[in-house]
Amino acid sequence: MTNPEQKIGQKKELGWKELPRGGVVLDTGSARDYETGDWRSFRPLWSKEKCIQCLRCWVFCPDAAIIVEDGKMVGIDYKHCKGCGICRAECPAKENAFEMVSEADIEED
Amino acid sequence: MGKRVALTGNEAIALGMRQINPDVVAAYPITPQTDIVQYFASFVSDGQVKTELVTVESEHSAMSATIGAAAAGARAMTATSSQGLALMWEVVYIAASFRLPIVMPVVNRALSGPINIHCDHSDSMGARDSGWIQLYSENAQEAYDNLLQAVKIAEDKRVMLPVMVCQDGFITSHGMENLEILQDEEVRTFIGEYTPDYSLLDTKRPVMYGPLDLQNYYFEHKKQQAEAMKDALPVILEVAEEYRKLSGREYQLFEAYRMDDAEYAVVIMGSAAGTTRVVVDELRAAGEKVGLLKLRVFRPFPYKALQQVLGKVKAVAVMDRADSFSGFGGPLFSEIRAGLYDLETRPRISGYIYGLGGRDLGIDEIKRVFAETKMIARGGDAADLVTHLGVRE
Ligand code: SF4
Ligand code: SF4
Repeated sequence: MTNPEQKIGQKKELGWKELPRGGVVLDTGSARDYETGDWRSFRPLWSKEKCIQCLRCWVFCPDAAIIVEDGKMVGIDYKHCKGCGICRAECPAKENAFEMVSEADIEED
Repeated sequence: MGKRVALTGNEAIALGMRQINPDVVAAYPITPQTDIVQYFASFVSDGQVKTELVTVESEHSAMSATIGAAAAGARAMTATSSQGLALMWEVVYIAASFRLPIVMPVVNRALSGPINIHCDHSDSMGARDSGWIQLYSENAQEAYDNLLQAVKIAEDKRVMLPVMVCQDGFITSHGMENLEILQDEEVRTFIGEYTPDYSLLDTKRPVMYGPLDLQNYYFEHKKQQAEAMKDALPVILEVAEEYRKLSGREYQLFEAYRMDDAEYAVVIMGSAAGTTRVVVDELRAAGEKVGLLKLRVFRPFPYKALQQVLGKVKAVAVMDRADSFSGFGGPLFSEIRAGLYDLETRPRISGYIYGLGGRDLGIDEIKRVFAETKMIARGGDAADLVTHLGVRE
């Protein structure tokens, strides 16, 4: 018997006969497949101009949703950002680089 | 070849644990389980086992450490009684839902309060819906035999569930008894090597135990557990057969004693079955068609096999050493009634709660139960559906 891979984010939800026994998760790094962005009711909007690149938001974000490239904060991964607002609370920039906007007020593009 | 020895129930369990030589034992002492851990600790310090003995600060930690060890792929055990089992509660369920084949001797003792250290089944009966297999033992021999079989049942890939091996506190655990034990080598061969499917320590095949399991998966995992419990029934019988070949001692889901042509019968678990057997023999000698059904496997509940034996009698008295406080008798009583409900002709069933807090169950009381059950078998009515046997007014 082979153990089927359990992918939490996958389309088809496995039946009890297919799932690994006891709720064990067999594939590593699968937390990435779980899109916690679904939970968000407030979206942090980031302003590149106000940001002083201190990376405090990257340190504090509980969902690793702050995208850093070449040592610089470049944006937010909204698939995983759950909208907790910690980045905004921690941002030390003179004019806070984050603005929390209700998802209801955001027009889908 | 077996060897005859004189041991208490607790000594028999500790000796069985020495022969099993588990990788990890995490335990906390509690009366009347204490000397299991005490004897086992001396085996550890004398180098007779390779076990890592974790002396924890509470039973919650004992079960938690046992779960951690089992999830790491170890053959892990603990033992407890009464309040200790109650304190483990939260993690007892987790052991079963992680499908870890932990074996835990339970020395049955009343739950507080008021405080009482003596035998009844309220502790393990409280854990009856925790997803553990439960085997009940009449004496030290059965406790020892059940312990060895429990390892094989738990670790069978069709099962992978933890097992409680229950024996009566003090009555069995501290009573000296003449029993037959297997050679260490025989036990080792019988239980074999344990090869876990998953191990937290396997860095080549890393796994995660205990993730968040919400609306879309939790239910499927519970279904797996429910099916594994059903699958355990044939495995328990297979293991018993293998054990019979090795030891010469026969085990079933229950013992049906003089049930073949019985007109009425008593159902009971644990040490009181011994006294009941004496009464059955006495009544049989006097021409009464009486029988005894001693249940060994309470979880999974073998209702189909029970139907075949109990369906043939006219009246059954179910004796519970625990009250469920449902106002409808003890747990064994209500499950036996439910289990026989689908029969076209079923016996009339009354309930007796006996022996709470270690109260002795005497021959005269058992005779009274049989007399009342006979009256019901002949068409009479019980004064009460459920009686608290031997309690003072
Ligand atoms: S905490 Fe504020 S200033 Fe610092 S990197 Fe993040 S957005 Fe920029
Ligand atoms: S709102 Fe919370 S989750 Fe989203 S980026 Fe900020 S800290 Fe991370």
